[in-house]
Amino acid sequence: MPYGFTGKFVEVDLSSSKVKVIDVGEEFYRKFLGGRGLGSWLLWERLGVDWEKVDPLSPENLLLILTGPMTGYIAGVRIAVTGKSPQSGGTVGSTIANEVGLELKTSGYDGLIISGKAKDPVYVFISDDVIEVRDASKIWGKGIRETHKLLLRDVMPELRKIPTYGEPKEPAMIYIGPAGENLTRISAVEGKYAHAAAYGSYGAVMGSKNLKAVVAKGSGPLPPVYDVGRLKELLYKAIELVPKKVPRLRIWGTGQGPWRYGRDLSSIPVRNWQEEYWERETYSQYDLEVYDWVKRYWADFGCPLCCMKVTVLHRNGEVVITDAPDYELLAYEGSNLGIYDVRDIAHLIWCGEELGFDMINAGNVLAFTAELFEKGILTKEDIGFEVRWGDENAFIRLLKLIASKEGIGKVLAEGTYRAALKIAEMKGLKPDEVFKYAVQAKGIAIGAHGIRSGLDYPPLSYVTSVQGGDHQSVAMLPLDAAPVVNEVWAAFCDSAVICQFNALGGWDFVFEALRAITGWDTTKESWVNENAKRILTLQRVLLLLGGPDVYWDPRIHDDNPPRFYEPLPSGPKKGQAPAKADITKLRSEYYRALGWDEYGIPTEETVKQLGLNGTEGALKRIKNRLNIG
Amino acid sequence: MPLWIFREYDRCSGCRYCEVACSLKHEGIIWPEASRIRVFEYVPGITIPVLCSQCTDYPCVSACPTNALSVDGTTGAVKVDEGKCIRCGNCVEACPGRIPRILPHKNAVLICDLCDGDPECVKVCKALGFNALIAVDKWPGSHYKLYARTAEEISKAYVKKLYRIDVEEVM
Repeated sequence: MPYGFTGKFVEVDLSSSKVKVIDVGEEFYRKFLGGRGLGSWLLWERLGVDWEKVDPLSPENLLLILTGPMTGYIAGVRIAVTGKSPQSGGTVGSTIANEVGLELKTSGYDGLIISGKAKDPVYVFISDDVIEVRDASKIWGKGIRETHKLLLRDVMPELRKIPTYGEPKEPAMIYIGPAGENLTRISAVEGKYAHAAAYGSYGAVMGSKNLKAVVAKGSGPLPPVYDVGRLKELLYKAIELVPKKVPRLRIWGTGQGPWRYGRDLSSIPVRNWQEEYWERETYSQYDLEVYDWVKRYWADFGCPLCCMKVTVLHRNGEVVITDAPDYELLAYEGSNLGIYDVRDIAHLIWCGEELGFDMINAGNVLAFTAELFEKGILTKEDIGFEVRWGDENAFIRLLKLIASKEGIGKVLAEGTYRAALKIAEMKGLKPDEVFKYAVQAKGIAIGAHGIRSGLDYPPLSYVTSVQGGDHQSVAMLPLDAAPVVNEVWAAFCDSAVICQFNALGGWDFVFEALRAITGWDTTKESWVNENAKRILTLQRVLLLLGGPDVYWDPRIHDDNPPRFYEPLPSGPKKGQAPAKADITKLRSEYYRALGWDEYGIPTEETVKQLGLNGTEGALKRIKNRLNIG
Repeated sequence: MPLWIFREYDRCSGCRYCEVACSLKHEGIIWPEASRIRVFEYVPGITIPVLCSQCTDYPCVSACPTNALSVDGTTGAVKVDEGKCIRCGNCVEACPGRIPRILPHKNAVLICDLCDGDPECVKVCKALGFNALIAVDKWPGSHYKLYARTAEEISKAYVKKLYRIDVEEVM
């Protein structure tokens, strides 16, 4: 087995409770690394033949929980969660900062493949050689905090079985809340109260399998590495880079974002992206810092950066325990809903996370609903109450309706794209009359970085990303553009399974670290031209296959949402919006750079070159559906 | 003068670089469970570093039936003679904090040896800028034993202190 890997995967079939341990050949590690890349390949291999027919929320879908070669060794432990996405119908490499990655590897496994559906609620417990499917019926239905506690109580006696061994540490756990259990397409896989693998809605995939949680505790070492001396040097180098590169992340997290992106760069969503500029002093990390941060530093295993802070709010008998919050959620539960008091925002985020929501996609749905109410498309009769900008309580009521799929909540639980289709039908409107207010890309909400001001994200970002609106993985040209959110770079971080914020040394640093761990001579050039193209092309094929309820046509859906063509009404770049012709031109350039044809469909030559054997038939299926020669 | 590692729980981020540094030094590989210092996080955000307190009466040393444990004359650390350890667990039971650790993959009990006076965990914590661990001179006194508590006990106290919430709601 190559250095840095255990070479083994655990496969659990929940329908039969059967467990087995399988080998994955070295060839696939070299081609796809792990996480997002390897996950897409495993999904293609097992579900590719009938991809369009696989309902992501059926037992046929697979849930993959995967480490990568760098997980646990370098800078910020993470775990990748993937499967066929209930949002896009393609795959999303959704990662969460969580020690499950470490505990799987120290148990002797590179990942977990979960198939089928359990008859009753269960959780999967892995500790070294022990792999068990355990009863979760008493935990099902519980919120995140209660779930964390009950799992801990259930597992600790197991880990303490041999008292003379001393005190075992807590296991790592990832779990879902009611939003995932009830199959909303805006649900997350969560851990440690406030962390989430959010984009892709894999919370609902877990829910569809009756799987409440995955709990792991390993007692062995990480697998041997190629050059341990060099790895040690790089670990210390990562520490040195912290104060030099990003002091703001250690000090404030990304919580200074509303000022940076809202005031300076004019790219923050305001009231469902009607504006991207604001100025109000209460809207920043400052109030939390002076009132509510009880502990400045809160990191995950191996993280020298530490962008999280523990926030504790006591209000009306409720005790809110959560993260800082970060910029994305300050925007999505803040300005985008017309809420500017940071403590109200933190409270709203906590309410949503307790229910198991992805608070970017759920926040997107809330703002979409509020605008439909503002424009008179949805009424008080439809919703049951008024939903006005800035009304935190109304948004909390909506979240509860969505989590339990009651009333309008049933429609909104489908996520912005599908809800728009249903509401148009409900109201006898043309879909475009509702899509006007849907700020999403291929079923996935667009992260809180706008493109209109031209000061923040580039115009192509969400147009051709294989992960739709994912703000951490966007399309950029040239392909080797500065590493930070560029999808070629993100494909590396999500497949090596490390934290993007922590890969501070850029391309050189990560490839040196990969070499110290695996011994491989991967370079920036080989990554960009071979591995990244292979991963993105495979993800593109699966995205265009899509189905069974929604399909994408690149001629229509490889585009910004309509709102991004409305000129900015305020701020330093007032009046600015991209020209459609420019976007179309950039789109063609991007297709060409990746070896895709004029419709954005990978060519046969490209898939052959990249060694994506067997995908040629899928290309034909896509062309047939789109009626393209 | 003997050495003691002062642990300031409030400053610990839970990054666990100390475990990485300790296991790299003692095991030559990253092995968090074999680290002589371990950071517990039963409740998210409540991160508690736990390591040997070098109690002045050394109950673990007295409890060892094979004389595998002894006290280092210079640093005051508990030394483990791996050849003599029979993994009986008496030291674990004798320690008020149940801090010694026996692993299925290891032949002898794991206890902090203070890196012979230059602890790796302290150095890395300083390099990171957290300074949750600080090496200090061990002045005479029996109060060091007060820190030999289980992570569970310390966590419960910290839940009340930081979160001001009933422990039963989170643990």
